[in-house]
Amino acid sequence: MSVTDDQPGATTGPTREGYFGDFGGSFVPEALSGALAQLAEAWRTAQKDAAFTEQLDRLRRDYGGRPTPLYRAERLSEAAGVEVWIKREDLAHTGSHKLNNVVGQALLTARMGKPRVIAETGAGQHGVATATAAALFGLRCRVYMGAEDVRRQRLNVVRMQLLGTEVVPVDSGTRTLKDAINEALRDWVTNVDDTHYLIGSTMGPHPFPTIVRELQSVISVESTQQFDFQAGGLPDAVIACVGGGSNAIGSFAEWIDVDGVRLIGVEAAGEGVGTGRSAATITEGREAVLHGSRSIVLVDDDGQVQPAHSVSAGLDYPGVGPEHAALARSGRATYVAATDAEALEGFRRTCELEGIIPALEPAHAVGWLLAHGRAALGDGARVVLTMSGRGDKDVDEVLEVGGFDVGVAKAFGEDAR
Amino acid sequence: MTAADVQGPAAIQAAFDRAAAQDRAALVIYLTATYPDPATSHACMEAAVDAGADILEVGIPFSDPMMDGPTIQAANQHVLDAGRTVSDQLGFVADLRHLDVPTLAMTYVTIADTRGYARFADECADAGLSGVILPDLPAPEAGPWVAEARRRGLATVFLASSVSTDERLAAIAQVSTGWVYAAGLLGVTGVQSVAGEVTAELVTRIRAHTDLPIAVGIGVKDRDSAAEVARFADGVIVGSAVIRAAGDGDPDGAPDRVHALVGELRAGVAGR
Ligand SMILES: Cc1ncc(COP(=O)(O)O)c(C=O)c1O
Repeated sequence: MSVTDDQPGATTGPTREGYFGDFGGSFVPEALSGALAQLAEAWRTAQKDAAFTEQLDRLRRDYGGRPTPLYRAERLSEAAGVEVWIKREDLAHTGSHKLNNVVGQALLTARMGKPRVIAETGAGQHGVATATAAALFGLRCRVYMGAEDVRRQRLNVVRMQLLGTEVVPVDSGTRTLKDAINEALRDWVTNVDDTHYLIGSTMGPHPFPTIVRELQSVISVESTQQFDFQAGGLPDAVIACVGGGSNAIGSFAEWIDVDGVRLIGVEAAGEGVGTGRSAATITEGREAVLHGSRSIVLVDDDGQVQPAHSVSAGLDYPGVGPEHAALARSGRATYVAATDAEALEGFRRTCELEGIIPALEPAHAVGWLLAHGRAALGDGARVVLTMSGRGDKDVDEVLEVGGFDVGVAKAFGEDAR
Repeated sequence: MTAADVQGPAAIQAAFDRAAAQDRAALVIYLTATYPDPATSHACMEAAVDAGADILEVGIPFSDPMMDGPTIQAANQHVLDAGRTVSDQLGFVADLRHLDVPTLAMTYVTIADTRGYARFADECADAGLSGVILPDLPAPEAGPWVAEARRRGLATVFLASSVSTDERLAAIAQVSTGWVYAAGLLGVTGVQSVAGEVTAELVTRIRAHTDLPIAVGIGVKDRDSAAEVARFADGVIVGSAVIRAAGDGDPDGAPDRVHALVGELRAGVAGR
């Protein structure tokens, strides 16, 4: 059994079974061995099955609203001093790129004959996407979400519940994404017979990083064509925010083998790199095993996982997908970091200059570009930036931590919130 | 010569042999190192051995223990919150050498990997440990660790599950030393009760691949469940129930509570 056999020899594709260079693998309890093998097999046969591809394409188009537009952001370009092309994943159904992965895995769940899915969620976007697919496919669904994230992404909790999903707040550890994943893994170990763990990013044990990458690569399959058609030539850089790394790997995938296109992942620096209150995993972490794969992780000298911090729940994770670790080590991609303050600035400017309320996650990419883009890439460089989601979920949090002087909220006063 | 003079797989095998000679299953007791505090923990280890434990599994806490239920998670977190490091834990283990039973470290692969497998193997062997259990290290990923463990004469016990294919069971039997750990249920530690029939069948399937002792853990919590498992396994492993005995209530009473529970379990494993 191997999902890697049929893959083209991409420079960063898995080398050994489930490995990207030194990173990846499958470090999970034996109880999951059967389910992972079954998933790898289901994926392998699905990829060879024209009906699967056709179903996936149809769902993405008719239900999910793909392709998403590539849009030249004039005013933001002016402010940044580089030419910004925004890939509008925020316009996809459910409001983020997460559905790309979810519909694919939901189809696999159906092929495996499993009636129940579970998922972890940070910002709630993957939870909403999974709840959506569960409703669409008639699957039972439970989503684990850190108690802290339940608080700061309340809108998405309500959305999941409306979609018929049970949301379980997780009170252990740091009460954020990392702990939600632990709890989901424990559920999976217990209910592996009838349950698929629908992992939401390009992380976890093999074959998840490969499957999620392939399902998210639709972003760059579209953007390569769109850029060629709308702008002509090649962009100087492709830029995306990195939590677990799924929107970034999807945004990079088709460009990895294209010479001259820089790939830039923007991690969350929280209160700043070196403050101990950051989620800049690749910048500050070291090689370690977390959640089933070997990658780069924020761990101390003992291997104890350190709490991450970010204003954005979706980037508030002390690990990163193994393929990003490999891309960082090989130098093919560069990983930078944006602070909470830079992200909030990116958020505000995207609202004011483009009429787009972005999710706080991609606001990190915008924030980095505004602060450092011109210096790093050169005046007038052409950049494709993935707007991985929309920001409705974040408005409460932004008002609270951003302290924005928004007239309406002020007029209604504290009590009305 | 005492068991403490012989380390590694031979000491573990001798412990199983002694139990078998008494026509009973061996009793393996898990306790988290330094929980709830180093002195109490030390006394609990002694109490467990005094009450009849044949082998000790000493838990070295990890921040994200995915195989553990709430009881062991909380014990882990308690020790980490107290600021005790892996070196502290191994120092604690080194002070258990006077106990006449083989002792194994139970931890997660992240702890061993971050330290470096070579250094971790050295430190475990130097602390007098006979072996290591890493529940998130499956056989196909085990090569680099097993090489270092062998170099230092440490056993590595691998887990088998009722969902493991025969091909995987063969691989697990091949890399395991000390014993093969048959999971008593699908799930994490300390939540549900052992699935008797399914686990008996798993033990039979493992038996086809190895002469090593086979011990069952996860879901065994009292005398009755220990007796049930002892009917078909060479060893019985109990963890969460012992942690509850150690941690629930005042620390001064912990060794007595552990002694009482382990005594019950010992009666259970002899009851076949
Ligand atoms: C809009 C959005 N972007 C990005 C992320 C980060 O995830 P990933 O790095 O897998 O794309 C999230 C996660 O919740 C998200 O909701």
